[in-house]
Amino acid sequence: MAAYPRKTEATGLLGWVDERFPVVQTWKDHMSEYYAPKNFNVWYYFGVLAMLVLVIQIVSGIFLTMHYKPDTGMAFASVEYIMRDVPGGWFIRYMHSTGASAFFIVVYFHMFRGIMYGSYKGKRELVWLIGMVIYLALMAEAFMGYLLPWGQMSFWGAQVIINLFNTIPFIGEGLSLFIRGDFVISDPTLNRLFAFHVAAVPMILVALVFVHIVALHTVGSNNPDGVEIKALKNEKGIPLDGIPFHPYYTVHDIPAIVVFLMAFFAVIFFAPEMGGYFLEFANFEPANPLKTPVHIAPVWYFTPFYTVLRAVTLSPFMGTLAMFGAIIMLFLLPWLDRNPVKSWRYRNTAHMLNLAIFAAVFIILGYLGVKAVTPEYKEMGVRMTEIYFLFFAVILAHSSTNRGRYLVWFVVLAGSLIAIDFWRYNPDDLVSAAQIKWQWVWPIGYLAVTLLLPFFVKGCNAEKAVPERVTS
Amino acid sequence: MSNSIRKWIFVLLVPIAVIGVIGSVGSGGHGVALQSANVNLSDKDSLQRGAKYYANYCMGCHSLKFSRYNRMAEDIGLNADNGFTDDQVTAFLKENLIFTRDEDGKQVKTGSLMTNAYSPKAAAEAFGTSVPDLSLVGRSRGADWIYSYLKGFYLDDSRPMGVNNTVFKDVGMPHVLADLQGYQTLAHQEGDDHGAAKLVLSKPGKLSAGEYDRVVRDLTGFLAYVSEPAQLSRKMYGILTLLFLMVLFGFAYALSKEYWKDIH
Repeated sequence: MAAYPRKTEATGLLGWVDERFPVVQTWKDHMSEYYAPKNFNVWYYFGVLAMLVLVIQIVSGIFLTMHYKPDTGMAFASVEYIMRDVPGGWFIRYMHSTGASAFFIVVYFHMFRGIMYGSYKGKRELVWLIGMVIYLALMAEAFMGYLLPWGQMSFWGAQVIINLFNTIPFIGEGLSLFIRGDFVISDPTLNRLFAFHVAAVPMILVALVFVHIVALHTVGSNNPDGVEIKALKNEKGIPLDGIPFHPYYTVHDIPAIVVFLMAFFAVIFFAPEMGGYFLEFANFEPANPLKTPVHIAPVWYFTPFYTVLRAVTLSPFMGTLAMFGAIIMLFLLPWLDRNPVKSWRYRNTAHMLNLAIFAAVFIILGYLGVKAVTPEYKEMGVRMTEIYFLFFAVILAHSSTNRGRYLVWFVVLAGSLIAIDFWRYNPDDLVSAAQIKWQWVWPIGYLAVTLLLPFFVKGCNAEKAVPERVTS
Repeated sequence: MSNSIRKWIFVLLVPIAVIGVIGSVGSGGHGVALQSANVNLSDKDSLQRGAKYYANYCMGCHSLKFSRYNRMAEDIGLNADNGFTDDQVTAFLKENLIFTRDEDGKQVKTGSLMTNAYSPKAAAEAFGTSVPDLSLVGRSRGADWIYSYLKGFYLDDSRPMGVNNTVFKDVGMPHVLADLQGYQTLAHQEGDDHGAAKLVLSKPGKLSAGEYDRVVRDLTGFLAYVSEPAQLSRKMYGILTLLFLMVLFGFAYALSKEYWKDIH
């Protein structure tokens, strides 16, 4: 138990508060005496940028809520009222719509940073898991927010997503009915999604971000070298490679925030629709339940998973499972990647190639998700989905640099791929057979690069010694 | 391999892989080629002509229900900057543009939304389909689409209105601008879908092809403006914001440099 009355060195008003609330200690723990590694690079800006965007979304969202009407008869018109008649309304709305996309951009970079530098290792599993829950909550928040303007894509996008629950055996129909509150997407659906979007999920998000940071500050930040700075401390117990977060990283973050805001406001003022990716053109048409759009594309940040959904045609439920599985796999990363070396800098070349290909595949999946399905793109979606899931097996295979293991993994994984291809191959379906016959090169090539290359070329399997101290 | 070389391979591999894989199958499908509208929203004369044509030819059926008469007049240049008094603008709007009446039978005020008197039910009976509001057609379809659409009508006996459209197949509306443009016929042969549809003027209207293009461009510009009135001013705010942020960056960067001097 803390001493009573609390002892404090602070005087005046601060002293008065500090006797009653640990304001000085909290400031020290999280800002002025939180020692962060001194070698953060540009990738480390995306955490603070994500928080900035969260604040932008909350503030702009509050103002939008003042004018928006969650009613199927009025929602679309109220958004246009905001765009035209509310002073500065268009600015607030564009901040919110651009903020949604910006949120995913910074979060995707933030997550990839974690993967590159192994930031989920060394007692940081919870930081990663909480982050992944934040990502899930963010996707739910974005999906529900997208229904609110009640445009064509709002309606039909929500139709696609909510119908995913229909595919669950036995309980599916009842579950989607429960979610919609009606047999079709209608006023009750809009009302409840509005409630979740403006109250429930934002509260969860803010709470999770708080927990994310508390967990991070308990174990300490990782860094591009993956060196544990707490291993080497000076006589005062301060890590040799650590610097106080405040003032060093607070002042360090401001120029980055300004650069981010330049890009952010450039979009808002010069290209708020961002070519139809941030605001889809079809969403400027009011929702019409009787008129299905020719081409339903989700907003760009969901499209990688949408491609996974479309790629698995075994059954609708399997497609849904694959889509959610693609997200679940990310949760498991701390337990799949068992290599003790954190940063890719000191891992072998095959691991570096694995990460680069994974990033590329994620982008390709996203690209395919906005495109209409052609036989070429359909097969490519299947192949990229295969690589997406293979990535997690290869991450596991790379847990040690034992070359014999690579060969076993290659035989097992390539064998499964070929088995799936034989099972999928239908010579009567000429178009898809022709595509299967050549696009197998993508996943097999991927396995060759990540598993056979380090097996045959010693240099591509060599790890480097992790230094004791961080490098510049 | 040195770390900096590895870093560059890492960074460059991602875009190369993306472009290489996607490019390997060639481009996907393509829709109807649209003509470039080339509208200029700072040309107030063009916007005013567009508003006039819209009132004369379109507004009988198509409302602009998210737009207001007085705001529209202000934005297209009927304002004090151009020497119009409020009374003049009001009189102009009431004489030329406002045809709707409120429940007391009085002409609606200039601050009203630009709805119109043609009921959706009557429209559905006349054309077999609802008549869309065009407030946002400039965003949902885009300026190039509107421009191509207005130039894309051709004679087709199989359609109830006697015309069809190259960018909007089996369109429900008649060719309202026919007295200006005349009538076109589709030139490409039956069954030949590969060549671009070529339209030939078979019965000239009151205007030459060039004059008609100008009318259509004015109309397109007006609809592009109506779809997002904020676009007239937002670029100016953008330049000011970016200038401010550039200055702020200078100070922020200098501050950061100053603090980080002692970190080695």
